[in-house]
Amino acid sequence: MEWSWTVVLDVMPKMLAGLVITIQATFIGAILAYVLGLMLAILKMSKSKPLAFSVYWSSEFVRRTPLLVQLYFLFYVLPDFGIFLEPFTAGVLGLGIHFSTYTSEVFRAGIENVPKGQWEAAKSLNYTPYQTMRYVILPQAIPPMIPPLANYLITMFKETPLLAAITVVELFNAANIYSNSNYKYLEPMTLVGVFFLLVSVPAAIAANRLEQKFKPEEVR
Amino acid sequence: MNKIIEFQGVSKSFGDLQVLENLNLHVMSGEKLALIGPSGSGKTTILRILMTLEPIDSGIVMVDGDYLWHQKTDNKLEPASEKHLHKMRQNICMVFQQFNLFPHLTVVDNIVQPQVLIKKSNKNDALNKAEELLALVGLEGKESQYPHQLSGGQQQRVAIARALAMDPKIMLFDEVTSALDPELVDEVLTVLHQLAESTDTTMLTVTHEMNFARDFADRVLFFDKGKIVESGPPDMIFTNPKEARTRDFLKNFIGKI
Repeated sequence: MEWSWTVVLDVMPKMLAGLVITIQATFIGAILAYVLGLMLAILKMSKSKPLAFSVYWSSEFVRRTPLLVQLYFLFYVLPDFGIFLEPFTAGVLGLGIHFSTYTSEVFRAGIENVPKGQWEAAKSLNYTPYQTMRYVILPQAIPPMIPPLANYLITMFKETPLLAAITVVELFNAANIYSNSNYKYLEPMTLVGVFFLLVSVPAAIAANRLEQKFKPEEVR
Repeated sequence: MNKIIEFQGVSKSFGDLQVLENLNLHVMSGEKLALIGPSGSGKTTILRILMTLEPIDSGIVMVDGDYLWHQKTDNKLEPASEKHLHKMRQNICMVFQQFNLFPHLTVVDNIVQPQVLIKKSNKNDALNKAEELLALVGLEGKESQYPHQLSGGQQQRVAIARALAMDPKIMLFDEVTSALDPELVDEVLTVLHQLAESTDTTMLTVTHEMNFARDFADRVLFFDKGKIVESGPPDMIFTNPKEARTRDFLKNFIGKI
């Protein structure tokens, strides 16, 4: 089999369009995963035992089942209940919900690492629970969370080819569609790999930098 | 003078350990109280109950004429709601052993933020007040530093300024010098002593510094095993204690008083 630059040129525009979808899905999915994850974390730490318990176990359930199955559920099963989602919407929701169960653990650990004295000082100054979270706890909890959260962003990016299963034409699916109709696999699939590398290697380096930057200070 | 704090038959346990047993205590408005006694005798718990950090098991606590841990609805006494506790906390502020300054805020922001958020002061007034209080505790020029850049004694003085900024009627000091290196203790105690002389704020302090307790307090309470063993003016407690247990405890401090 010979490498053909004609095929490369031919598939490139479709793949670039796919790459845009991949990046969009990653970022929107990540924002969802962060926001939802923070809410889950707060609920998991709720004083109400039944609430904390049920949130914990439903999030464990989502975490311990494959994302692919969840995507199928959102896209192919929900319509049976009258809920129709666009492929992209279902994909982003799936990514966001699935990864929120991971990020919630990052948030929970980060929040629990803030010393108890900080909560007590806030109470002593009569901060409301919201003000305590917003002005005292999160500003201290978030910096050390940034590196693991960035790593989940990279993981989510690498998981986006799963969205092909629900007909989203992201980077991998764009190549796949081309391959299937032209019986050319070498160039498109190699390009998929190259594209993923081109994004995730610099991203990993950036995440590493963040880790250095937010290393816990030795002097407290 | 009116009673600003009143404990009526208050009990509190942590698991099997009873830290307060049917405690009765009242504090007059403006009074400066020192709580002394062995570790685990329940003195810190009293402050934590007043700060609403620790609920009571039974009994009643009154602060400034209102129930602290209860509220009256339709003439029935019910456990206090979060809203009621929030209202009651307006009167009280606590300074902690570990300072508990907000490490992500500068010194001045530590004092400004609570004023802006809780007392709804405008930023400029809050800033002026913060400067004033920092001068009072001898920390002019440290405004833009972060807590970790300060010594323990300086951090504790910032914490005192932060509490003062809230204009509480009652200030609670929980072993505020226990976490400090010995050479830094005096600068904090001096500030507290000046405060005690110059304000009519009611102050309760838990301390192991007997010299300070004697100079600072109008009244000293000696605690042991969840009960007040002896209470009286400092001169009486330190020079002529009636109870054997008080004498035994104070023996440990001979030479330091």
